[in-house]
Amino acid sequence: MTWIWFHKLGSPPHFYRLAGRMTPWFAWPALLLCLGGLYGGLVTAPADYQQGEGFRIIYVHAPAAWLSVMVYSAMAVYAAVGLIWRINVAHALAASCAGIGASFTVVALVTGSLWGKPMWGTYWEWDPRLTSELVLLFLYLGYMGLRGAIDDTARADRASAVLAIVGAVNVPIIHYSVTWWNSLHQAPSVMKFGKPTMPASMLVPLLMMLLGFTLYFVAIMLVRARGEVLRRERGAHWVAEATVES
Amino acid sequence: MSTPVSAVQAGYLLMRRDLRLALRRPGEWLQPMVFFLVVISLFPLASTPELSRLRDMAPAALWVAALLSSLLALELLFREDGQDGTLEQLAVSGLPLAWLLLAKTCVHWLLTGLPLVLVGPLAATALGAPYASMPGVLAVLLLGSVALSLIGAVGAGLTLGLRRGGVLLALLVLPLAVPVLIYGGRATALAIALEPMTAPMDLLAAIAVLSATLAPLAAAAAVRISLE
Amino acid sequence: MMHWLLMGGYWPYLWPSYVLTLLVVVLNVIFARRSLRAARAEVRRRLQMQRSHS
Repeated sequence: MTWIWFHKLGSPPHFYRLAGRMTPWFAWPALLLCLGGLYGGLVTAPADYQQGEGFRIIYVHAPAAWLSVMVYSAMAVYAAVGLIWRINVAHALAASCAGIGASFTVVALVTGSLWGKPMWGTYWEWDPRLTSELVLLFLYLGYMGLRGAIDDTARADRASAVLAIVGAVNVPIIHYSVTWWNSLHQAPSVMKFGKPTMPASMLVPLLMMLLGFTLYFVAIMLVRARGEVLRRERGAHWVAEATVES
Repeated sequence: MSTPVSAVQAGYLLMRRDLRLALRRPGEWLQPMVFFLVVISLFPLASTPELSRLRDMAPAALWVAALLSSLLALELLFREDGQDGTLEQLAVSGLPLAWLLLAKTCVHWLLTGLPLVLVGPLAATALGAPYASMPGVLAVLLLGSVALSLIGAVGAGLTLGLRRGGVLLALLVLPLAVPVLIYGGRATALAIALEPMTAPMDLLAAIAVLSATLAPLAAAAAVRISLE
Repeated sequence: MMHWLLMGGYWPYLWPSYVLTLLVVVLNVIFARRSLRAARAEVRRRLQMQRSHS
């Protein structure tokens, strides 16, 4: 039963229409959750005992960091599905993830750095989490670079799929090695991204932002994926009637 | 040849062929090592001739130089065979491509990685490391260079035949090489300080083994995709 | 209100973070929609060319 659904999803015209219908169901809840989370995080949540008002950066930093990692995983999974089962729609989805993931990795790095300045005194300190984020950004840029360098879409899809999978296998190894590397040179200052103790009034807005950003990502990905599917299916018959409607 | 060749035989024959071809153009294959030495020399020139100060940056200098020269050397791995159709023949031969590519990577490492392994300890002493550290440095470079060759083969497979593939290759391989760099650098630092380096070496060995088993599979997939 | 904007002195770190995030969020929306619109226009153009040739 689920197998039939899976196969239907892989059919480009079906996916195109379904994605179009699904997008508002992700976009609007995302907006509401983020607005609610912002209000909670900026207004109602009390100031942190140790970090004062500065901790509020978490309400944009954490969702951005979460997206950067989650989107890469999604990208790798779509890539693997596309490669193993030869499903074009999956490759289109993988391609749609890269730009979003990379841009939010940059956001995570900048907001992390801005958070660090008042806390540790420097904008950049090669701490394990930000350093891992930096390497993740390089992985995204490599993926996008490889796609851009290959003209043939099919080869680009498959080559970047291999890269995404290799990268995904490496991410935990890289993260582990960076954490290990950093722990060798533990600076005396203990205050490294100390997570503030989280009462509900602080935690709930954070969860809202995390969920809101996730739904937002899905909405953006669906919009992009529809365009990608169209570009891959230019000759097919369904494309004509599909573009007459919206 | 009418008799079918076993995979092991094919691997051996391929290695012999690659070695013979490479030794016809020894100059080309020596360039990565020369590059390594040039990069090593840049570090004192950019900072200080004092050996005691150089010793501190020796691990970083050795590994950055090793990484960069292995990237350059990767151009030699698949270029010729990709252009003259040999790679395609290997792919359709019916023999396991991953195994054949492992054989090619072996020869490539013997020609480009092994020289670094042998010269590296000397370079380390030139940067202030004690003579007693040479065996340790050699061991680290041995494991690390093997891992780098294997990881690099995947990148070389993905960028086969692409224009200006060199810079892209670097962008793809360097993030994947970060763990090797981290553990290799730490192990080298311990070796130079004449301290036990089992912890990072164990991890480096694990990466080398993992690369030896998985990288050829990924490289084979990449090569097949690039040849279509 | 002023007290809230000043964020206990952290405002030069906090507000730029939020503004950057908002910017990236909005830009992603804009570029995604633009990408879809371009793909659709491309398809329409090709179909027109096909029809005028046949």
